Amino acid sequence: MDTRVAKKKLGLKDRYAAMTRGLGWETTYQPMDKVFPYDKYEGIKIHNWDQWQDPFRLTMDAYWKYQGEKEKKLYAVIEAFAQNNGQLGVSDARYVNALKLFIQGVTPLEYYAHRGFAHVGRQFTGEGARVAAQMQSIDELRHYQTETHAISHYNKYFNGMHHSNHWFDRVWYLSVPKSFFEDAITGGPFEFLVAVSFSFEYVLTNLLFVPFMSGAAHNGDMSTVTFGFSAQSDESRHMTLGIECIKFLLEQDPANVPIVQGWIDKWFWRGYRLLTLVAMMQDYMLPKRVMSWKEAWEMYAEDNGGALFKDLARYGIREPKGWKDACEGKDHISHQAWNTFYNYSAAAPFHTWVPTDEEMDWLSQKYPTTFDKLYRPRLEFYREQQKAGKRFYNKTLPMLCNTCQIPMVFTEPGDATKIGYRESDWRGNKHHFCSDHCKEIFDNEPEKFSQSWLPVHQIYQGQCFEPGTDPTAEGFDPLLAVLKYYQLDVGRDNFDFEGSQDQKNFAAWRGDAPQGEQQ
Amino acid sequence: MSNVFIAFQHNEESRPVVDAILADNPNAVAVHTPGLVKIDAPNRLQIRRATIEEQTGRPYDLQQLHVNLVTLSGHIDEDDDELTLSWKH
Amino acid sequence: MSVVALERYDIPARDVRENFPAPLLYIGWDDHLMFCAPFCLPLPPDTPFGALAAAVLPGIYGEHPDFAKIDWSKVQWLKSGKPWTPDPAKSLADNGLVHKDVIRFRTPGLTGIEGSCS
Repeated sequence: MDTRVAKKKLGLKDRYAAMTRGLGWETTYQPMDKVFPYDKYEGIKIHNWDQWQDPFRLTMDAYWKYQGEKEKKLYAVIEAFAQNNGQLGVSDARYVNALKLFIQGVTPLEYYAHRGFAHVGRQFTGEGARVAAQMQSIDELRHYQTETHAISHYNKYFNGMHHSNHWFDRVWYLSVPKSFFEDAITGGPFEFLVAVSFSFEYVLTNLLFVPFMSGAAHNGDMSTVTFGFSAQSDESRHMTLGIECIKFLLEQDPANVPIVQGWIDKWFWRGYRLLTLVAMMQDYMLPKRVMSWKEAWEMYAEDNGGALFKDLARYGIREPKGWKDACEGKDHISHQAWNTFYNYSAAAPFHTWVPTDEEMDWLSQKYPTTFDKLYRPRLEFYREQQKAGKRFYNKTLPMLCNTCQIPMVFTEPGDATKIGYRESDWRGNKHHFCSDHCKEIFDNEPEKFSQSWLPVHQIYQGQCFEPGTDPTAEGFDPLLAVLKYYQLDVGRDNFDFEGSQDQKNFAAWRGDAPQGEQQ
Repeated sequence: MSNVFIAFQHNEESRPVVDAILADNPNAVAVHTPGLVKIDAPNRLQIRRATIEEQTGRPYDLQQLHVNLVTLSGHIDEDDDELTLSWKH
Repeated sequence: MSVVALERYDIPARDVRENFPAPLLYIGWDDHLMFCAPFCLPLPPDTPFGALAAAVLPGIYGEHPDFAKIDWSKVQWLKSGKPWTPDPAKSLADNGLVHKDVIRFRTPGLTGIEGSCS
């Protein structure tokens, strides 16, 4: 009788190496430098790509198998959600505005990440890094698709989601995420990895995903929660790529350390400013609140980030330059951002509102040193104005920061009553910034940032009107002309939540009295 | 000393994985929030395929945990039998 | 060239004066953060500075309860963050204001909604 003998299999590490490293070669028909033209110019020195460690060793067969399983589970939930009219189960219709912000501002970044990783996945001479980037590129396309699918169900019932791709390239606040990613994809491949894989996907990722996903869970949005969890398992691979790439770069050559430190300084700050939108969402747009932005920052940035930079200290890396100012901002930025969107609610395809008394009391409790002193008074003033039929809409275009492109709403560290103004003179022109760190980013690459497509400036240059618009015509209204260019559905996508079609519809579907009447 | 952590979707598939981790890592602590279970451990956390198989009574491919993994923190070392998270310094 | 690149980039800045119908001026009202940020306005350079307070600022700041209380003779001005004394009779250009200059005004005693600087 023959005993069954198990065939000898390669271990995971060897299997993975055979399917990735084993498939690369040194080119002979063309010189390597011509085949890989971008991997030296940034000044990063790589001596031995064999030292690249693949942290998660998913070969293609395993990748398709597990991703396929995740997709089946996810789409089953999305389908069930649609069949069960899950959109009626959200806490209240104001919550849907968080999803509008997501599809408008976050989902397009997944597509940019897909393109960015596809590009760098071709540019490194090391096969391990190329494979990891290519896999991430597929993951990011998956995220773009699954987010679009999950939110498309809400699009059948609520305004402010139908035209997100068009808005991304035009609407004023969406230039914030757009310019962030365009800055990353126009840098070299190593900068891209430090910017996206490390600074965003590792250091800051929890601050994007946890607020949206736990916010969704607390507000009855199981579809988004499920998407979130499904994406997060991809994100953990992305995080490991981020931490591996930083270790690898720092270990390859001491000359890399100052270059990488400079990128960490730049991209931590750019990522932090981008997260302003999330801070606002977390503190103001979740009818059932989870934790405050301040609490999330303390947990995911200060504690987590603290551990990380302690670990990287052995390479000579210190915490990012903007770290202290970012921590100081945790008491303020969500309130400053909400005020911005309240001001400019006529020009944005999502609704804003004054929080209820209960919600303001929560904010007082979470921000004991700042909310009642600095932010509650104006919210209560806005409410009075609204009751008197004079809801405040700011109709004049704001000053923007040249780097982060956010309106100049941020205040001096240590004095939240004073707007922070910084400026640089470059080639005879002034450029303005919200902070020392945005200024420094400009000063290091002025040729790049003097090309910022600042929405306010572009409007004044006449670049934001539909073809054939005549600004000299009788009764020309520049704001309406810009909204036409945005293809924003005036009276439906914009203005206050009170009186909106979303509010009326939701109340009718649920048989509730509209919220305004209950106050 | 800093914590490493790993978080899973809270469901029947991840339950034996969580139980295995807690069995193998005496200093690990599991915390539940809606839909999520997060396990923190000081400095180092080890996930062993063999322990998971003891929980379930059937073969387990360690990479299966990708399906329910949400997030993690720490340097990773992975092979067919173990996945380890650690802060080296 | 500071930016690290494979080629030289000599592209004119996107926001040079020629691209606008008038020079841009940024204006902020200190301690009145109800207006979330300073404003950006293209203003003809021959606009008399005094016309700002009379004709421009009411349209952009008038909704604030403090605005009607402003005593313009006591207002303090800053240009690029430094104390500055404009001549209301002179034009913006003759007051030295150029494209993308930033000015701020302070209204001592007026501290916003309920004294919160909003």
